[in-house]
Amino acid sequence: MPNISREEVAHLARLARLAVTEAELDKFAGQLDVILQSVARVGEVAADDIPPTSHAVPLRNVFRADEIRPGLTQEQVLAGAPSVEDGRFRVPRILGEQA
Amino acid sequence: MSNLTHSTAADLAAKIHAGEVSSVEVTQAHLDRIAAIDSTVHAFLHVDTEGALAAARAVDEDVAAGRPVASPLAGVPLALKDVFATKDIPTTCGSRILENWVPPYDATVTRRLREAGVVVLGKTNMDEFAMGSSTENSAFGVTRNPWDLDRVPGGSGGGSSASLAAFEAPLAIGTDTGGSIRQPASVTGTVGVKPTYGGVSRYGLVAFSSSLDQGGPCARTVLDAALLHEVIAGHDPFDSTSIDAPVPPVVAAAREGAAGDLRGVRVGVVREFTGEWYQSGVLGAFERSVEVLRELGAEVVEVSCPNFDYALPAYYLIAPSEASSNLARFDAMRYGLRVGDERGNSAEQVMALTREAGFGEEVKRRIMVGTYALSSGYYDAYYGQAQKVRTLISRDFERAFGEVDVLVSPTTPTTAFRIGERVDDPVAMYRADLCTIPANMSGTPAMSVPAGLSEEDGLPVGLQIMAPALQEQRMYKVAAAYEVARDKAAGGALINRVPELEVAR
Repeated sequence: MPNISREEVAHLARLARLAVTEAELDKFAGQLDVILQSVARVGEVAADDIPPTSHAVPLRNVFRADEIRPGLTQEQVLAGAPSVEDGRFRVPRILGEQA
Repeated sequence: MSNLTHSTAADLAAKIHAGEVSSVEVTQAHLDRIAAIDSTVHAFLHVDTEGALAAARAVDEDVAAGRPVASPLAGVPLALKDVFATKDIPTTCGSRILENWVPPYDATVTRRLREAGVVVLGKTNMDEFAMGSSTENSAFGVTRNPWDLDRVPGGSGGGSSASLAAFEAPLAIGTDTGGSIRQPASVTGTVGVKPTYGGVSRYGLVAFSSSLDQGGPCARTVLDAALLHEVIAGHDPFDSTSIDAPVPPVVAAAREGAAGDLRGVRVGVVREFTGEWYQSGVLGAFERSVEVLRELGAEVVEVSCPNFDYALPAYYLIAPSEASSNLARFDAMRYGLRVGDERGNSAEQVMALTREAGFGEEVKRRIMVGTYALSSGYYDAYYGQAQKVRTLISRDFERAFGEVDVLVSPTTPTTAFRIGERVDDPVAMYRADLCTIPANMSGTPAMSVPAGLSEEDGLPVGLQIMAPALQEQRMYKVAAAYEVARDKAAGGALINRVPELEVAR
């Protein structure tokens, strides 16, 4: 089954927004391979006609009255932000240089 | 050694409510104990001295004025796992990415504790985002097991379990996604309970694997755990998976069990929980504990749950998958750490640099495993198949509970392992959860109660007791009966055999 290459780990790290180091790529490639080999055992179970369980307790929609209740103040929300400007979250540029 | 720090929560509550001792005295005794030994044990990430004493004073004022106390545990100190949001008190989840984060609100569990007059001493150490079985994955240092300071206190709730075994708190709160309450309880000789999924609100609990995460009580006795269970459990409209049903009568069950009569109770020993990964001293202690249940009148039979064998691999697909999605919220924009916000770096680059710097190795590993398992082309073979295995495990439980009232097993295959022993072998670390994971997969309740010491190393072993959904009272009754018989045979409480810690000067 799985055989995770260094390149695949780099791809996964990119998808997961993790700027991993070269040393980590080497380490994780081996470890992810071992982990995925061991979890691949779930494939041994014949389960074609078995329904999946996503939640242990059956879920159903829950309605509530649409009533206004106090939320957090702007000050409280921004208190934990890494960077604030003019009472808003300040974020790095989201578009590319050429955009 | 102080009587106040070595008492049960039930005894402390009775004395506080009768005015024989003040909550401030009890709280101060625990704060003093923390000051004296926590540099050695490192159970706490944050101690809230002022908040604790203020909460204690409020209870003392109620008692002095003759007002009814807020709950049966009013005035009793508690250690809270650092995964629960606490307003104006740092909440880190053991992660650099949340270092110095101060939540603007209380988790429902936190709020219920405060409303019950429980005195929150501080926040306990944990594996980062509750991912681990040893508390070695905390970004803020290891916690040591009071039974042997070179060994781990279990995980992820190792700070909570160690605080109990070190007599820094008589009560603690943990969370159990794959065993993070029960396995730490097992290796520290304490009691830990995972309620039915949905029994305790997840609102304000930092999410790891949302379909599995469950908060629960930790204590040194079964009755204390039951008292705490009733304080924190119950329906919460803020958690869409919270169960809207009465809390099982666990305190009454613990008191009933203490009478030591298990006649009419059918106990199933799960055949699959044995084999090469199990330490002989653990199996020996487990067999002796089953013998005790039999002596108490229980009818013991062997049952088979063949799909439990696949619980571990299924768990290590489902939990990382949900984690990879849940942890996407740590994007360096709204709260927490931000790294690399310079030189025209894009939001995406800042996000990747921040997550790289802010997450530890195990968290990164699990995010990548989850990302892999959820990616197209692999989804059916991994995540989809794991969800089917989950169904099969629930069916095994249903079949077993058709024959017996509770199931028992060792809580974890070995006693506490040495610090550092498994850090570079993730799969060996994952095996610590071999026996605890099935109950998470099915959402059914389970607990660990100390089952004596292992013959080969003299370290605590846990007896796991599992019950059907919302039938917690069954396991509390069995646990309480076993506890009384165990201590009677040993001539005293097991926890009192923990070595006395050297007090720092």
